[in-house]
Amino acid sequence: MKQLTILSGKGGTGKTTITAAFAVLAKNAVVADCDVDAPDLHMLLHPEVVETQEFEGSKLAVIDEEKCTECGLCREKCRFDAVTEDFKIDYIGCEGCGVCTIICPLEAVTLTERISGYAYVSKTEYGFMAHALLSPGEANSGKLVALVRQNARILAEREHSDLIIIDGPPGIGCPVIASVTGVNAGLVVTEPTMSGIHDLERALQLLRHFDVAPFVCVNMYDVNEDNTDKIVSFCGEHGIKVVGKISFNPVVTEAMVAGKTIIEHSPENMVSREVESTWKRVLSALNKE
Amino acid sequence: MIVAVASGKGGTGKTTVAANMALAIKNVQLLDCDVEEPNVHLLLKPKMNETKPVYVLTPQVNEEICDHCGECARFCEYNALFVGPDKVLVFRELCHSCGGCIIICPKHAISEKKQQIGTVRIGTATGMEVIYGELKVGEAMSVPVIREVKKQIDKEKNVIVDSPPGTSCPVIETVKGSDFCVLVTEPTPFGLHDLKITVQVLNDMRIPFGVVINRAGIGDKKVYEYCEENSIPILLEIPYQRKIAELYSKGVPFSLEMPEWKEKFETLFDEIKEACL
Repeated sequence: MKQLTILSGKGGTGKTTITAAFAVLAKNAVVADCDVDAPDLHMLLHPEVVETQEFEGSKLAVIDEEKCTECGLCREKCRFDAVTEDFKIDYIGCEGCGVCTIICPLEAVTLTERISGYAYVSKTEYGFMAHALLSPGEANSGKLVALVRQNARILAEREHSDLIIIDGPPGIGCPVIASVTGVNAGLVVTEPTMSGIHDLERALQLLRHFDVAPFVCVNMYDVNEDNTDKIVSFCGEHGIKVVGKISFNPVVTEAMVAGKTIIEHSPENMVSREVESTWKRVLSALNKE
Repeated sequence: MIVAVASGKGGTGKTTVAANMALAIKNVQLLDCDVEEPNVHLLLKPKMNETKPVYVLTPQVNEEICDHCGECARFCEYNALFVGPDKVLVFRELCHSCGGCIIICPKHAISEKKQQIGTVRIGTATGMEVIYGELKVGEAMSVPVIREVKKQIDKEKNVIVDSPPGTSCPVIETVKGSDFCVLVTEPTPFGLHDLKITVQVLNDMRIPFGVVINRAGIGDKKVYEYCEENSIPILLEIPYQRKIAELYSKGVPFSLEMPEWKEKFETLFDEIKEACL
């Protein structure tokens, strides 16, 4: 079984649009939406939830007011400034480490579980999908990503699927690392802007750091063809495969408004054909990995 | 005054709004807290004059004193320590630097060492101070770098803080303590969906906010309807124009080439200032 992660560094370059199109084009793939704090893939693939799991991310400290003498030790030792001046726990700041529970001489502080989100196993028209929703403002998105990927693996084995397509979050931090570790290849979707190029370079460094084969796709390439040429030659110099160039077209937004993938919405459009040839090149490169 | 610029969805134009607003007003400090992928400096091209390393503390076990009792591993909520029969393994990338293992160790065998995970860079551009953080590639924890960037805040200035995308811990850390938050969105289903999640976070944090709609004209009207239904002020609309997209692609803040926009961004800031009074 192979795993492919779609990432970008910079947000809004078209990861989800491309992942959704790939989900339609792939035969028998499991799709995993690992952008757990702002997931959007479900708006194009319309999954029907089969199973819901509660996700316990970090714990939360609670101070027993009856026992607390406001000695201030917990405030002093908390490195996340999560104990307020009136000795309440700031639930946004608290990372659930438990230092306050061991430092309190009166055993007035305990750690409690909190539900930080939900993981889902779902069915779409094109196969199974693992996804999740982190409660707004919660920490530990990396751990939830790991749960989504585990669900995707179980689904893939059960359904005898040979590919997992992972829609990654933007950035290069904790949830992105959790989305790329151990996958066969990472497809970086970039755009021909100064920011796109800068963020592409960091995303490629990340893939190298975790020893994941890199592919690059330039989305909206015709917005600045000079920059597209720069990206293509940069990739050439570094031996990185450019698997596709996709043009800018308002039809992509129209498809999104219609709640459809670009392949379903406008199969004959140039963009759909470019996405299809990108998919074919990704598949053949993936099979060589 | 501290104004954060955020959005649930990535690529909606946070950095564009932050940079153009900063260029339209005086006495500015512009902070880029998107330390995973900082882009403000690409638009403003500041002259950098100072670099500060960002460290986190991670445990270091003295194997000569340690009797491998396992207390530290049992305590650690992040599974960052594994105690074998004769060796302790520290998984640095899982550690949150809470310091609990040092307190719990009955043998006092654990100390902490500094580990660099990123850098804060300070510079100047057209009269403003530009500060950005940069997480080292391969490091997972961006929050400590964001904290260090925010330590540079000078409250006497008009502080504009560019946030990372999303709604989880790096965003919370960035917008915490702001007087106002500008939410940049685009009028599409993805934009609306992610806007709603961000609104929930800001309501929880009791930070006042307003919306800037970028690429107005594409997509549909649902973002407008949502804002109206929930009495969320729409502070500014930036139309989708090829010229704006092209200038952005070249790394040029568009108000520099389209001067009529300078005034609009100045008005935007004035309105925010009024809303904060």
